[in-house]
Formats: sequence, structure tokens, C-alpha cells
Amino acid sequence: MSDVFLFLGAFLASAVEMVEALTIVLAVGVTRGWRSPLIGVAAATVALVAIIAALGPALQLLPIDVLRLVVGALLLCFGLQWLRKAILRSSGYKPLHDEEEAFLAERAEAAAAGRDERIGIDWYGFTIAFKGVLLEGLEVAFIVITFGSTQGRLGLAAAAAGAALVLVATVGVLVHAPLSRVPENTIKFAVGLLLTTFGTFWAAEGAGVSWPGDELALLGLLGFLAALAFLLVELLRRQRLSLQAGEA
Amino acid sequence: MRYLRSFGAFWWDFIVGDDWRVAAGVVIALGMTAALTDRGWSAWWLLPLAVAVLLGRSLQRATRSG
Repeated sequence: MSDVFLFLGAFLASAVEMVEALTIVLAVGVTRGWRSPLIGVAAATVALVAIIAALGPALQLLPIDVLRLVVGALLLCFGLQWLRKAILRSSGYKPLHDEEEAFLAERAEAAAAGRDERIGIDWYGFTIAFKGVLLEGLEVAFIVITFGSTQGRLGLAAAAAGAALVLVATVGVLVHAPLSRVPENTIKFAVGLLLTTFGTFWAAEGAGVSWPGDELALLGLLGFLAALAFLLVELLRRQRLSLQAGEA
Repeated sequence: MRYLRSFGAFWWDFIVGDDWRVAAGVVIALGMTAALTDRGWSAWWLLPLAVAVLLGRSLQRATRSG
């Protein structure tokens, strides 16, 4: 069962990050030509694969309890950040992420930027695509490494990220527009829940806890966190509406 | 030095994010879990409870400040 959650978590997290990276690359490619951004994408992909290939197996050399404690704690902090943002977005305290809007802003910047040719490539197109893919990809690499190494299933986590990459890249090439119809905010909510669930489970195990029901506790934790998150969304939504009514 | 500082700032923002008190709370809750487990208590409930409190308080701070 944890394999299913692991695949799902790594796949969904990778997919949403790749949708954001695709928007950046598309905006630069459409405005300034494809060659330089695609070289940037290739360079960032090589860097990310190198990070996963180096850190993943290295982490697996650590004793499992230490690994689960440290990685679980990191994953829990990281997951709580995602969940916190998702709750603020769902309750209306933070604007929803809009891929179409991000695309237009990125395209306007790309059009306004000057031309600087270095070693035969458009430096702006290269660096924006490289940075975009690397920064969005680092979150993917972090999730793949933490999920994979803690569970001893680095290959499965990497395969999930690979499947997301193929899916997003294929749809991106076919649609040739930002994937604004992807329910990004909902997916981020689900990923936040999964990261927090796994982080709590592994960090507590690393601290010496034996979960009742062993891996089945993952389901209980997920249910508890989902109920908590929906309750918080509802409470914050009501708070916002009553504040707005008070101001009117 | 500037690169080191921005490297550190990047990782701080990446892992800790907007509210450092959440990360500090996670560390404290894990320490308490380890201490209780070490004394033979079944402390599986402590971390989920801490997560609920930390998340709720952090959201409260975020919505009050903006």
C-alpha cells in the first residue's frame, strides 16, 4: 500500500512542478525561439538527474532509523509548507495559482529582455529555461530522494517522476499552450497531504514509535490530516467572510 | 560570502519557508516523542497532535497578519 502512496505522491508532486516549468519554457520558447530554451531544459535535466543519482544512493547508506528521522522531519516541514499554502488558497486568503497569468507575465518579460548571444545561444532564453526547470525540478528531486531512500524504493519514486515528465512534456508538445486546465491547486492540496502524512509517519518511526497497525496507520494519518485540513479551510473561509461582512 | 549566504537563504526558504515556528515545533515534538518512547511510552499520537496544533497556529498567524 505504501508503494501506491509513494508512487502517487511522487507522480503528482512532479506533475505540478513540471506544469509550472513548462509554462516558463513555453513562454520563453514562443517569444524568443526554441533552440536556447531547449538547451537550458536539457542542461537542467542533466543537473537534476546527477543530483538524484548522487544523493539517493548516498542517503541509503545511513542507518534506517536515522534516515527516517532526518528525512521524515525534513519532509514534514516541507509538506506542512505545501499544506499551509493550499489551505490559504482554498480559503481565499491567498490567490489561486493561475498558469495562464504566469504565462502572459513570463512572455511579456521575455519580449522586453535584450538580446545577448553567448557561445551561439540566446543567453536570456537559456538561463530562464535552465533556472525555471532547475528550481521547479529541485522540489521534484527532493521528493524523489526523500520518498525513495526512506522506503528503499528510489527506482519507483524516480519512475513516478519520469512518468510525470513524459506525460507533461507530451501534453505540452500537443497542446502548445500553458496547461491551465490542470487542477493545479487541487493537486497541490493532495500533495501537501501526502507529504505531511509520509513525513509524520517516517519521522515518528525514526524517533522510535511503533505505529498501531504498522503501514495501515498511513491511511489513518491521511484521513486525520485530510479532515483537519478541510476543517481549517472551512473555519478560515467563514472567518474571511465574516471579516468582509464586517467591513462592508 | 555572498554566494554562501544566498545558498543558505535558498535552503532555509526551501525547507523552513514562511513560518520558522512550524519547523521549530516539529523538532521539539520529535524530541518529546523520542524521549517518551525511550521511557517505554507509546507516543505515536504525539506527532499528529503536534502537526494539528502547529498548522492551526501558523494559519492563525498568517491570516491575522494579512
